[in-house]
Amino acid sequence: MSSVAAHDHTKEHVCWGGGCEHTQHHRLEVVDLTVQYQEVKALEKINFATECGRSMALIGPNGAGKSTLLKSLAGLIRGDTGRILWRGQPLTRSSHEIAYLPQRGDIDWDFPITVRGLVEMGRYPNLGWWRQYSRHDADIVERALTSMELRDLQDRQISALSGGQQQRAFIARALAQEAHVLLLDEPFTGLDKPAQENLSRLFRELTAEGRLLIASHHDLQTVTGNFDDALLIRRHQIAFGPVAEAFIPANIAIAYEHNEQRTEN
Amino acid sequence: MPTITDFLAEPIAKRALLACLMIGFANGFVSAFVVLRKSALKIGTISHSLLPGLAVAVLIAGLSQWSALVGAIFAALIVGLGSIFLSRTSRLDQDTAMGVLYTTAFAAGLLILKNLDLRQKLDEWLFGSIIGMADSDLWIAFGISAVAVVTLTTLQRPLLIYLFEPNIAASLGVPVRLLNYAVFAVTILVLVSSLQAVGCILSVGLLVAPAATIYLLTNNARTLFWGGGLLGAAGSVIAFFLSYPLGWSVSATIIVVLGVFFLLAYIFSPKYGLFSRRRGVA
Repeated sequence: MSSVAAHDHTKEHVCWGGGCEHTQHHRLEVVDLTVQYQEVKALEKINFATECGRSMALIGPNGAGKSTLLKSLAGLIRGDTGRILWRGQPLTRSSHEIAYLPQRGDIDWDFPITVRGLVEMGRYPNLGWWRQYSRHDADIVERALTSMELRDLQDRQISALSGGQQQRAFIARALAQEAHVLLLDEPFTGLDKPAQENLSRLFRELTAEGRLLIASHHDLQTVTGNFDDALLIRRHQIAFGPVAEAFIPANIAIAYEHNEQRTEN
Repeated sequence: MPTITDFLAEPIAKRALLACLMIGFANGFVSAFVVLRKSALKIGTISHSLLPGLAVAVLIAGLSQWSALVGAIFAALIVGLGSIFLSRTSRLDQDTAMGVLYTTAFAAGLLILKNLDLRQKLDEWLFGSIIGMADSDLWIAFGISAVAVVTLTTLQRPLLIYLFEPNIAASLGVPVRLLNYAVFAVTILVLVSSLQAVGCILSVGLLVAPAATIYLLTNNARTLFWGGGLLGAAGSVIAFFLSYPLGWSVSATIIVVLGVFFLLAYIFSPKYGLFSRRRGVA
């Protein structure tokens, strides 16, 4: 059941080197993925396929396995059964093409690092342990900072930023990594209204440029309009498809049945 | 009492001064890792567990620098890995397991060393004895310092990403597990070398205070390593010169001097000091 439709984009460049016409080859496919923590099944039989140029909301109550799925896609957790295919190849280890952005709460905001330092981390897959940081690397970092409107803030320590700026700094890191796929764990959490709207706009730009965005999301009011597709899970898969088809009251009810934390936040 | 210049003419004093410099630098350098990893307390428990390792090594192989070194490393590994094993195979968390393990090990070490009639050595291992260093001790200290600085400098790029956020590091392809073991090994080595200078009870101070001080002054993680090293070395050397005329123990003086530096930074740091924070709130 592939509900992925070809997209018509007008922007020329895509995926940092791909191109809109290539997005169909940049396909992420998850087949029967099951992840188990000791005795507890965290995810059971997840199936979906999507591709560059789209955005997907990962929806489900707390403990539904959203973070686990994102970490599996990032290559941080090994699935017990099933496969993850990226561009037709099984994803067995981390790849610079896939960037992982953790939840705000997982970040040590007091860490002695500036915005620029954070973005430069994205060059690691290219640089390895020793290779000299080159003009080319600096250009890419510069471009990432500029596109996230962070040039004037680049020397700030990361705690001296607003929530929206912090989120953008992490996205800039993913851009510096030249990632095709951005996996974001609750990117909208803790942002005020204007910052949320700004982030939505950036999401649309990033997908229009040909990137694939997958974000766990728990504000049910803002799914429509922000995402192309929705995957509803509660350990097992409830629905997947374009938001208009999958994100419907019947499916939402199954996901959140007997669960009081609905739209808080 | 001879003057300080007479004292410095003695080979023993020269060796002690050099040792202060090297051990202070290496510990200060590695303290950046300890502070960023937020593992100061863990290091404290491990440093205590060095004692039984020394005791058992002396019991088996007799007293020598090398047997002491091997014994200490072995003990640190047993308590470190043992606590992980205990917490995984029981309902206890790792801190609890470590708390039981290291005090038991420390007490057993005390008993063994007392019964071996090594009372004087025991004092040295507990509180350090930098004045009693032989040339071979100095070489070991130098070797360990060199290994620590070279390893951490080489690994700095992946290490800083790992310290910032392990998941991001792993997703970028940083060999997280390897890094963890390598740096843990370096930390243990440095800890062992500091035994001579400050003993196993005060060694945590030398392995935390320098970078903790710099942490209050900088936003650059790299500065933490070199700054920590310089501060550790400076503090140890200052303490060496203070302790002689005052007749204080060198090891205790080193820790007190570093503690004073830390307090000064805590109060007066332009960015993150007590006063600047108040100004920020107002």
